[in-house]
Amino acid sequence: MFETLILILDATLRVSTPLILAALAGLFSERSGIVDIGLEGKLLGGAFAAAAAAAVFGSAWIGLLFAIAASVSLALIHGFACITHRGDHIVSGVAINTIVAGLTVTLGLDWFSQGGQTPALTGAARFTPITLPFADQVAEVPVLGLIYSELLSGHNILVYVAFLMVPLTYWVVFKTRFGLRLRAVGENPHAVDTAGISVAWVRYRAVILCGVLCGIAGAYLSTAHNAGFLKDMSAGKGYMALAALIFGKWRPVPVLLACLLFGFLDAVAVRLQGVSLPVIGEVPVQAIEVLPYVLTVLLLAGFIGKAVGPKAIGKPYVKERA
Amino acid sequence: MNQDTQSYAIELEGISKRFGAVQANKDIALRVPAGTIHGIIGENGAGKSTLMSIIYGFYEADAGVIKVDGQAVDIHNSQDAIKAGIGMVHQHFMLVDNFTVLENIVLGAEGGALLKQGLNAARKELKRLEQEYSLDVDIDAKVEDLPVGLQQRVEILKALYRGAKVLILDEPTGVLTPQEADHLFRILSSLTEQGVTVLLITHKLREILASTNNVSVMRQGEMVAHRVTAETDKDELAELMVGKKVRLKVDKEAAQPKQTVLSAEQLCVSDSQGVERLKKVSLELKAGEILGIAGVSGNGQSELLNVLSGITPMSSGSIAFAGQRITAEQPKTAAQMRALHMAHVPEDRHKMGLVTGFEAYEAAVLGYHDADTYNGKILMKRQAMVEECQARMAAWDVRPLNPHLKTANFSGGNQQKIVIAREVEQNPEVLLIGQPTRGVDIGAIENIHEQIVKLRDAGKAILLVSVELDEIMALSDRILVMFDGAVVGHVSAEEADERTLGLMMANAWQEPQGASA
Amino acid sequence: MSQAKVPVWVNVGLIPLFNIMLALLASALVFLAIGENPIEAAGYLLYGAFGYDEGIGYTLYYATNLIFTGLAVSVAFKAGLFNIGGEGQAYIGGLGVGLVCLWFDSSLPLLLIAPLAIIGGALFGAAWAYIPAYLQARRGSHIVITTIMFNFIASSLMVYLMVNWLKQEGLMSPISRTFEESAWLPYLHDLLAPLGIDMGDSPLNLAFILALLCCVFYWALVWHTRWGYQLRTVGTNPTAAQYAGIDNAKVTIWVMLISGALAGLVGVNEIMGVNHSLLLNFTAGYGFAGIAVALMGRNHPVGIILAAMLFGALYQGGGELAFEIPTITPEIVVVIQGLVILFSGALENMFKGKIEAFFLRRAAA
Repeated sequence: MFETLILILDATLRVSTPLILAALAGLFSERSGIVDIGLEGKLLGGAFAAAAAAAVFGSAWIGLLFAIAASVSLALIHGFACITHRGDHIVSGVAINTIVAGLTVTLGLDWFSQGGQTPALTGAARFTPITLPFADQVAEVPVLGLIYSELLSGHNILVYVAFLMVPLTYWVVFKTRFGLRLRAVGENPHAVDTAGISVAWVRYRAVILCGVLCGIAGAYLSTAHNAGFLKDMSAGKGYMALAALIFGKWRPVPVLLACLLFGFLDAVAVRLQGVSLPVIGEVPVQAIEVLPYVLTVLLLAGFIGKAVGPKAIGKPYVKERA
Repeated sequence: MNQDTQSYAIELEGISKRFGAVQANKDIALRVPAGTIHGIIGENGAGKSTLMSIIYGFYEADAGVIKVDGQAVDIHNSQDAIKAGIGMVHQHFMLVDNFTVLENIVLGAEGGALLKQGLNAARKELKRLEQEYSLDVDIDAKVEDLPVGLQQRVEILKALYRGAKVLILDEPTGVLTPQEADHLFRILSSLTEQGVTVLLITHKLREILASTNNVSVMRQGEMVAHRVTAETDKDELAELMVGKKVRLKVDKEAAQPKQTVLSAEQLCVSDSQGVERLKKVSLELKAGEILGIAGVSGNGQSELLNVLSGITPMSSGSIAFAGQRITAEQPKTAAQMRALHMAHVPEDRHKMGLVTGFEAYEAAVLGYHDADTYNGKILMKRQAMVEECQARMAAWDVRPLNPHLKTANFSGGNQQKIVIAREVEQNPEVLLIGQPTRGVDIGAIENIHEQIVKLRDAGKAILLVSVELDEIMALSDRILVMFDGAVVGHVSAEEADERTLGLMMANAWQEPQGASA
Repeated sequence: MSQAKVPVWVNVGLIPLFNIMLALLASALVFLAIGENPIEAAGYLLYGAFGYDEGIGYTLYYATNLIFTGLAVSVAFKAGLFNIGGEGQAYIGGLGVGLVCLWFDSSLPLLLIAPLAIIGGALFGAAWAYIPAYLQARRGSHIVITTIMFNFIASSLMVYLMVNWLKQEGLMSPISRTFEESAWLPYLHDLLAPLGIDMGDSPLNLAFILALLCCVFYWALVWHTRWGYQLRTVGTNPTAAQYAGIDNAKVTIWVMLISGALAGLVGVNEIMGVNHSLLLNFTAGYGFAGIAVALMGRNHPVGIILAAMLFGALYQGGGELAFEIPTITPEIVVVIQGLVILFSGALENMFKGKIEAFFLRRAAA
């Protein structure tokens, strides 16, 4: 029983990782006032770029760099549309998601001739599990040993990066000058402008950071969690990250918890497939899968707490005539 | 004072600014002696706020020179202004509500990439500033939890923290209680003792007289007079501000008011922030009269129009109209008020009165689109709508006479005629009409005025809101003056003159001794 | 106030066309990037879409779905709402159609089943849009986010229903039994054959006519009824709507009901017209493509028909293209679709100012 729980939690960490990275990416963007439903596209684009570059250069790290570059480029398109040209944030996000969905397969087929997939990655082209010191030695110690060796050890570096990103994001958002300006620009860009700070430049930096984190998340999908790129492999994770961002009320630690909850539900759903539970009987997997979205809708509707986003979110900044 | 040895904190020479067709500032010159409070007074749209926004770098002037401490400075944005030692407290505070006071103050002047040091340094510096200028405020409180008076103090601290030597305040008392306002002026005078120069923009004469050293008057984008405050008085300032109006001639007989058709009792309206915008307004409107509501804009007139027409709910009080008693508990919607024959020409035709993307014939039924005359069982009677619109456009001389032209493509005057025709042709019992001739060309003004009088003579009741004093005087049979959400004066048409009304509008009117029985 | 005006045709015609040209130009760059000649590719595309009878039929069949979802997105746009949930509404609409067919296919004739199925699809689609609409109107939750969430919820719900309840016994894949022929919407080629018109075998069916009727409905509703008047007022100037006594929340709700119903009709084409059984994933992105169709069609039914035909041609021609040039996938059509959304939607203001300024200067000169 305990072992099963550890295994589920272990799976939770793996599934949560891209959610955490993408949700934190969205946090930077949305805290600055830029709605980002293009997380999905950036995730997918990053995944493709990582797998393609890793396949070509044989290095997961080079893949990661390409993933970040691809994702940041997409973020800059979003910024160009929303910040510079005051376009609709949602339309721009949909455009990016659509373009990436088509482009990855198109380029994949042209480059690798494998029906849109990238070649299977092996060896250095993937991020492989890291065994923490003494993990094998302590594996036999009851409870703690198992927690250390199974749950904490044996993940690839990007999992650890994702979790480290949470305190780092917290620190950047709440403890640095950039963070102060970021939060201010999402709440009241006029206050930022009159304080002599460029609204556009703060927002551009925010979407770039968003791009970087989505890139890492994408690389995780194709070069760590899986061994190569598959068509539509982001499979709605970007949208789920968006839900987690809302569920976590745009704050790093609650967002982490939301991602873990959503990841946990996913891991449980896989485990429960076809399993009959005592009392309840067989729970349909779909009922669990759907919980993150249902919970987010309930939250948005104010039935469980209240999600109040940054005040100036989604509104283009225009200097008003006094 | 010796003009030659005087040092000036701010000097403006030949400042001009144009927005499209509007010349907001024309060749402005201004000299503000250091360490003084300098008032700038003028009516709405006189160009005060634009001028201050230019000094603060929010707009760039088309022409002219700005000097700070005798040195010409280039101000392209707020950053430049802050560097030059200029700070501004905007009419609408530029604060981030969910930040603490401290965070708001350091925003843009954090003193390093990490917040901690900057915040600590700011904490010390603010202690000093607070003591020096007696500006107490809890710097760890969230701004949204503070009353507006304290929020304003945060804005002042923000400017001082950035080393402002010149502080601009744009209508600072508009949101304050009288006690808070008194406190503000005590703060301002202690600021000047420390060598800070204050530029105070206001339309309230009493504040100017009570607190400034010098005063400059603006009218229609121009600087028309400079006075030493001690050497002037409210009568002179009121006259300078309002100017010698060209008396509008409107041919009309004396009114023959009949029964009361609408009466409001103790009407109060609060905005979404819970601030009371309309304060216990009572009025009676009779058939066959035009009741004018005078006042500087933003003193509750818009709220009055909106609550009477059913657009915004009242928080307390009551309206009696068409045999109905309307209260906060038993409200009526805009559609229901219209059904009771209340017509409303809103103050802002672009924001409210029209849908500028609609063709004229569509805009001509806004609010009456449900009426049987325009509707079949399912489809609207487009032909009937177009024909009626065509006929009305002809009767009201709307040009071009094309019911299919997009509303946005008519001139301001013709748009306004479309709106007024729509409301007047419903043959309403009461017509609420706001700023009937704003942005309307001279020829159309006369026409609109005639129509309003004609409606009165037909026995209808008209409530006229206008910031144009001459319009109020030319049309009204009785005049109420609003200030700060309340009615502060009531005069008949015969008694009304610019001076009296100007003083009332600035809340500086005192009943002549023994005049009222 | 006699300021120079930008000619109407510039705003209505030139700027949208300019933006679409940019999107096509960017698409051409994609073709060049994968080493293909864009003009040659366009040739294949056009031939595949319009070059022969079956091709045309397929083009119109794809266009049918796109008209439904394009109208759905568009009617919401008109009221200032962004319905990004067309995908889920179409999915659930298909469920409604399928249920009607499964229940009545052996007891009722087509003449009765068809209207019932249409009503079923519309009702189910509308119901799926109702909850996000209600939550936006009455509880202030953002409709974009809730409709996205509802797409996922719809998807899970369908999997659950198909796997647990509707799957045909003995089949591995979750597909319902095939409907009796009385619940098949006739193919147009079958209808036209007796008239001596041969148009080849294609899935084009009567749903196409329904789609055209919906365009007429949309046109009449939006521009010729008081409800359309209200929704346009709410969409362009909510303050004026308030002034006019229009209940914004109420309008929000019923516009979304109409939008969901239109999206739900995709099910009529897919389930009743082509697949003749209930299955998974038949919406295949049509809900999102509807956004591109609405933007490109400038929210006008004629524009939407043209845009739907263009995208229908791309879908069909894309298949042809992939057949002729094996190094190209039909997915390249999705890229073009995305570029259209980008340039005629998100970046629509990029050159607007410059083009308008050019005409203002010319008018002033």
